[in-house]
Amino acid sequence: MILLVVEHSGGKLSKSTLEMTTAARGLGREGPITLLVLGSGVGSVAEQAAGLADQVLVADKPELAQYDPEVWSSAVAQIAQQGEAHTVLIGGGRSGREYSPRVAVKLDAALIEDAISVADRNGVLVAAHYTFLARVTETVEAEGPVTVVTVKPGAFAAAQPLSAAAEQYDAELELPQPRVRITGKTAEKSERISLADADLVVSGGRGVDSPEGFKQLVEALADQLGAAVGATRAIVDAGWRPYSEQVGQTGKTVQPKAYIAVGISGAVQHLSGMNKSKFIVAINKDANAPIFKIADYGIVGDVHQIIPAMITELRK
Amino acid sequence: MRILTVVRQVLDAEESVSIQDGSVALDGRKLVLDTMDEYGVEEALRLREAGAAGAEVIALAVGPARTEEALRSALAMGADRAILVETDLPLDVIAVSSVVAQVARSEQIDLIFCGGQQADWDSHALGAATAERLEWPQTTWTSALDLQDGVLNGKHDVDGGSESFTVPLPAVVTTQQGLNEPRYPTLPNIMKAKKKELRRVPLGDYGVSPKLKIVGAEVQVKERRRNIFDGKDASAAAARLVDLLRNDAGVIG
Repeated sequence: MILLVVEHSGGKLSKSTLEMTTAARGLGREGPITLLVLGSGVGSVAEQAAGLADQVLVADKPELAQYDPEVWSSAVAQIAQQGEAHTVLIGGGRSGREYSPRVAVKLDAALIEDAISVADRNGVLVAAHYTFLARVTETVEAEGPVTVVTVKPGAFAAAQPLSAAAEQYDAELELPQPRVRITGKTAEKSERISLADADLVVSGGRGVDSPEGFKQLVEALADQLGAAVGATRAIVDAGWRPYSEQVGQTGKTVQPKAYIAVGISGAVQHLSGMNKSKFIVAINKDANAPIFKIADYGIVGDVHQIIPAMITELRK
Repeated sequence: MRILTVVRQVLDAEESVSIQDGSVALDGRKLVLDTMDEYGVEEALRLREAGAAGAEVIALAVGPARTEEALRSALAMGADRAILVETDLPLDVIAVSSVVAQVARSEQIDLIFCGGQQADWDSHALGAATAERLEWPQTTWTSALDLQDGVLNGKHDVDGGSESFTVPLPAVVTTQQGLNEPRYPTLPNIMKAKKKELRRVPLGDYGVSPKLKIVGAEVQVKERRRNIFDGKDASAAAARLVDLLRNDAGVIG
């Protein structure tokens, strides 16, 4: 059995679920593709999941209203054991990458994180993923009969629904009590399009010189283009921008059609969060800035002159 | 109270990467204590300095003999002693978590710090896998932490925001930027670190084997157009760039 843990929010399947379904269908491994829906009041999610797979298991319980790594890993491992799953696919967001190691340990399985491709080669699961701050593509083979894989967001196309809906079954689970108590939540808020979904990203670094410079250059250009706004760690640490906009190793990973870097020199930690963008554009006064080495288009010049000129040009 | 802080020795981020014999070449390159692990060392030291009763800070690494340098860095920051589980095998994170959990048991550890992500594996898994083996709770991507009466209170990053949490010890905490500002080792402390206890143990004592086999590695070389031009005439350069984005790349309307 290939077990796929459904990700959903607001009663809808997440894009990651459709991407994982594509990975599961292309895997070339035997056994039914089984989608596991965990949550509370998830009837409509289960209905949508039924269009994607061979069978759907649903655990609809009040205790599952709130994600917890110990509860989630326990549930997934129990289902994997009951169904003798050889492959468990989990989403590559923060929560998936947090509870998947626990699933792997419970199942005595290998763990492959952030896979960009998966395939069966004579019974061995082979996958590729990025390492060394996304500068290296490594291919690995899993040892042993069971493998847990987290799937990198955006690495697979979204799957189309099948013509026939799968049977739905109730999952039988015994759940542990969570030990980490959540005492407060802060949601990221932005009036703009989110970084993860944006086709265009305009991002700023130290070269914008001040928080006002960021507004006048980066935000203004993003508004003109309908782009999301990103920032480097240096200016987030300086308090110019919120952490939610940080792109890089300890922030967000983005893969837009075009990433426009304004006054960004290109530290490796930053590049690791954006170096898979389709086109990279850099505007920086330092011709030796590392960002130019991975840029498709670049202007060596003063961002305070170039960006307003770009906005004028775009308005024509 | 005993705090274990797990460290890795990784390629300095300023070093270029190249592949030799199927893996990333490390010989002759600058190797450093992973910055994400430095937050863990620093936080352990702060808890000790804040008076966590009789706290001892132990740094642990699993890796080849050269990994001693990363442990000496942790000792120079102020860790009390260090353990190096020595191996030349390229162990994966699930295998390493078994070693960490066994050391935590034998050293009677109450709190473990791990880096939120390792700069060589690009993994988030070490803390959670270790916690599972010990049947402890975990908090990942922790950006603020406070210990009172055996209970940790803090804040950590999650998908789409952050959460405040409270969790009893024993527990595993993985680090995130903002947790603290790691100290630089002073020269006297670097000298002192050379005399601190660093125990070497062969990996064979722990009975672990790799769960993953690396069968290929290549440096990312996405072909870029590298069309870089001068911006002294700002409006001409801007017009040229907008034209390229529209008509060459086709990414704007």
